[in-house]
Amino acid sequence: MAAPARGNRVLAPALVGVAFLAAWEAAVRVENIPPYILPGPILVARTVVADWGTLFPSLLVTLAITGAAFLVAAVLGLVLAVAFTQSAYVERAFFPYAVILQVTPIVAIAPLIILWVKWIPLALLICAWLVAFFPVLSNTVLGLVSTDKNLVDLFRLYGATRWQVFRYLRLPAALPYFFGGLKISGGLALIGAVVAEFVAGTGGAQSGLAFRILEAGYTLQIPRMFAALFLISAAGVLIFALLTGLSRLLLYRWHESEIDAGA
Amino acid sequence: MTAAAPVVTLREVSRLYPSGTQALDRLSLSVDPGEFLTLLGPSGCGKTTLLRLIAGLLEPSGGSVEWSPGAGSRRLGFVFQEPTLMPWARVDDNIRLPLMLAGVSPAESAARVREATVQVGLEGFERAYPRELSGGMKMRVSIARALVTRPQILLMDEPFAALDEITRFRLENDLSALARRQRLTVLFVTHSVFESVYLGSRVVVLAPRPGRVSAEFRVEAAAPRDETFRTSSVYLEACRQVSALLVRAMEAR
Repeated sequence: MAAPARGNRVLAPALVGVAFLAAWEAAVRVENIPPYILPGPILVARTVVADWGTLFPSLLVTLAITGAAFLVAAVLGLVLAVAFTQSAYVERAFFPYAVILQVTPIVAIAPLIILWVKWIPLALLICAWLVAFFPVLSNTVLGLVSTDKNLVDLFRLYGATRWQVFRYLRLPAALPYFFGGLKISGGLALIGAVVAEFVAGTGGAQSGLAFRILEAGYTLQIPRMFAALFLISAAGVLIFALLTGLSRLLLYRWHESEIDAGA
Repeated sequence: MTAAAPVVTLREVSRLYPSGTQALDRLSLSVDPGEFLTLLGPSGCGKTTLLRLIAGLLEPSGGSVEWSPGAGSRRLGFVFQEPTLMPWARVDDNIRLPLMLAGVSPAESAARVREATVQVGLEGFERAYPRELSGGMKMRVSIARALVTRPQILLMDEPFAALDEITRFRLENDLSALARRQRLTVLFVTHSVFESVYLGSRVVVLAPRPGRVSAEFRVEAAAPRDETFRTSSVYLEACRQVSALLVRAMEAR
């Protein structure tokens, strides 16, 4: 099958989106569904504009938690991956616990973390980090151990020190894997932050978008609930797009995964 | 150092794998300065093991690898079967790698990289990435990287085996001319009779399982060689004789 033309890559999903929104709006109008059950997309869009003053600060709060958790996940994931690959001992000792942290549902441990950590933003950050860090860790470990064996031999042959092998060979070779991990972690950090906000249910000035959703639910402001939901999704898409762009910028010259896209 | 002293001498070298398989059995071999020695043998005769022993990537289980005295720190160039380039580094940075690892000054290494680039005919491709090059060009980068340290001996492990024949012929011609011009000492491993004769001033035939020297053959033709040599009767006769030696090596058990 021929590869789709570049225009279709944008056009096709856009058409699906427009058709979906149109069908949604039509269903709401024809069936006369009240907005407290299901608001139409036009009403949701109006609510985003009308409630911007409340929603936007909340979006910033959620993004701040997400961003901080993501950065910590990226840095710690990388550092832990390096530590794991330096010594099989360290890896064997700690990797099972990394897996346990990953497979334990965040909804189940978030209440505990919020109970223990008094400062709510930090508690939220820890929850979001717990969800986000594992993909960076496991991907980077994979990248660091799958270096071309002949290149490792070549470095040894030319008397490279352990540090040189790491700095000039293992690290650049692991970069595409690291970015693969980052792309997954970006979205997960947002999910972790939102889930933790739900559990914490904080009010006041420091409330994130999840709290706005809860609040709107209690007061039956369903259009605002949808507006907040839309902003969360938009933020997730934006994070993914930014990370994809960054990865392309750094890798397109040499890595297979980015060559077609970057050309 | 006299001209006759070998660059490297293997004395009764054996190599056992941890599994107990014997890769090499009391193999003796010496490489003279300026000679182009080709090692010919079927798979399983320990050719790659032999190169890795000389390169110091493996230790012999028995026997010794001796370097010519007074050579100071030994300088090796190694060319693998695959180009083995760093995909994230440009051509010149790939060639510079051994100098960079050794901490050679930027000015000195720039001059050496330029020299090696010219030697293998890569002018104009210095800033290209490996993925932008053909298989033959990548192999040229690999050879330039091996030459940049001005090695006492160039170890080549079936470097052209994965290339198409036309590209291989061109690279063989260029390598032959380069080796003569620079008076390189080369130890070249191959499983092609034609390649071993075309490049080698001396062909050593190895017998398999365990690897040992079976026969030796001197190719009496002036180097460098070019396309006319490929069709000459000297070449064809040498190929016939080496083929016969190879058959005998494989029958000997």
